[in-house]
Amino acid sequence: MRTIEQTTQEILDLASRHFNVPAGTLGPDDDFFRKLGIDSLQTLELLSRLENHFGIELPDYEVQGVSDFRTLASRIQSRL
Amino acid sequence: MLNLANYQSIGAALKDALNEFADEICLIESDREREKDRLTYRDFQKRAHPLARALQDAAFKPGDRAAIIMTNQSKWLISAYAIFFTGGVLVPLDYKLTPTEHWQLLQHSGATTLITEFPIWRQLAPANGRAEATNLHTVLVTEAPPNADLSGALPWEDFRAEAPPVFVPRTRIDPATIVYSSGTGGRPKGCIMTHENYLEQCVALTSLYPFKPGFRYLSILPTNHAIDFMVGFFGPFICGATVVHLRTLRPEYVREAFRKFKITYVSLVPLVLKNLQKGLQGRFDELPCGKRKVFDTLVAINKALTKRRPHLGLSRLLLKQVHDNFGGALRAIIVGGAFTEPQTLQFFYDLGIPVANGYGLTEAGTAITVNDLHPFRADTVGKPLPGMEVRIIDPDADGVGQVIVRSKTVMAGYLNEPELTAETIVDGWLMTGDLGRFDRDGHLQLFGRKKNMIVTEEGKNIYPEDIEAVFDSLPVKEFCVFAANYIWPQRSMVGEQLILVIHLEPGQSFTEDLRQDIILRNGRLLNYKRIHGMVLFDEDFPRTASLKIKRNVLAERLTTLDRAKAIQPI
Repeated sequence: MRTIEQTTQEILDLASRHFNVPAGTLGPDDDFFRKLGIDSLQTLELLSRLENHFGIELPDYEVQGVSDFRTLASRIQSRL
Repeated sequence: MLNLANYQSIGAALKDALNEFADEICLIESDREREKDRLTYRDFQKRAHPLARALQDAAFKPGDRAAIIMTNQSKWLISAYAIFFTGGVLVPLDYKLTPTEHWQLLQHSGATTLITEFPIWRQLAPANGRAEATNLHTVLVTEAPPNADLSGALPWEDFRAEAPPVFVPRTRIDPATIVYSSGTGGRPKGCIMTHENYLEQCVALTSLYPFKPGFRYLSILPTNHAIDFMVGFFGPFICGATVVHLRTLRPEYVREAFRKFKITYVSLVPLVLKNLQKGLQGRFDELPCGKRKVFDTLVAINKALTKRRPHLGLSRLLLKQVHDNFGGALRAIIVGGAFTEPQTLQFFYDLGIPVANGYGLTEAGTAITVNDLHPFRADTVGKPLPGMEVRIIDPDADGVGQVIVRSKTVMAGYLNEPELTAETIVDGWLMTGDLGRFDRDGHLQLFGRKKNMIVTEEGKNIYPEDIEAVFDSLPVKEFCVFAANYIWPQRSMVGEQLILVIHLEPGQSFTEDLRQDIILRNGRLLNYKRIHGMVLFDEDFPRTASLKIKRNVLAERLTTLDRAKAIQPI
């Protein structure tokens, strides 16, 4: 079982790879809309990638209103 | 299609539609790969009537207001039908708002009933603001897990009564809905839309883009949005067509839905359309050289053959693979909510997929102008719909002036805002605040806004006053948020930005701490509401006797600054 820290780090790694952001420049409290320069649609794409990575299903409503990696990680962690 | 001229209300028309098209498929609901539900109009009636009766038994009276906060799904439409059947006024709220904003609008609307879904209620129930929504006495929550704490709400699925409900007639001038075009943070603008507004708009729109049994509309835009309400509920229902709901908006499942359900129409906001374009363009670019040449030739042939009007059959034959990807039955993509760039519209039209672009605002019903495709004109927002009188007032030397509209689709007014209503509707004409002109063929072209607001590519109207609260107590002398184009008009409807104008205290300098404070506060806003830059202004803001900022006067003073130099990124 992953710890929340591991889950968060995996999300950050995946996001930086997917959106070509230099590794290590993203932090748990970063706002992913702002830091990755993405819109709500691209966020949905990111979620699909995260679902595949973690092998979970994350309903759209779970991430409604979420904009930072830490909260996103906690939502994912609760479904692992 | 029902003859809407014979009807007085949405409820009466929908009631008859359910009988007229009893055996047609009315709704399909799908979640990812799995189809969850498929209802005929008869099935729909069986689900809606017990809810309508239960509402009546719970003292929901004609004229009472009921809000819906839900993602797109069959229960949204069933609930709306029950509200109209019982003579209620529907308050459709955007599910993407924050809980605090929801409570503000629930309070402002005076809703006595709220129908929502469990994930939303879970966040809404404990949020601040519930105590102020004093009229609210019934909350119905869909899909609540067994034994979940509903904080005083009732499970929607159990809220049923078996006795037949009593249909409550309404007249055309009665309010049908209260639709919030903006104002969550400041002065809520609740547009009171009458039954006549919808009946007339529906006749106008279906004359250009008809529905019939067998046609399938993919409902992606939130149903609280005027467009989806019209073309994803009322329009298809009174024609016996089918509405398809997806419980996820992940692009891969949306793409699959076109093929799976043979979609006829879909409505999108410009942002999604542009993304779709980007995806398709990427795939075309990956074609091997030879195939690409053949493809480009076919597109050129299609373009030439559809110059005067669309030829769907021909386009589907010529560009079969593209059309098959969209299910092979797509007649048009309806795009609205914000301005769409002409090259995006042209891209799809050249592939034989007409995009019904238009221009509208909540206050005028769904749409004022729509492209009639005869011929397709990517550089305009189309001609006025039947029944719309559209004029340009105070034109400049280029003929560009404010667009004003008179029609039976124009709202009755803003809820509890007689002054604002009087400023907005003058002698029966709706002052849109948008700038435009007609070309010689009668097509409307838009050139920016006269009003201090922006519309995002996601179709969100953002008024600066609504987001200022987040900067309250910012340690500066004074501040004000503006739409940049309001200060420096650019004759453009795209790339609109919000800016924060700051006046520092005497002797105060702009520090990194202050910048971080602004960034932090900005981050509390939903992403599409955030400011893009700031302007430091070294003069006292002009104010009224009651110390309110005179925004228009301040904007005039700021105009003298060089936009490029004045706006600093945050």
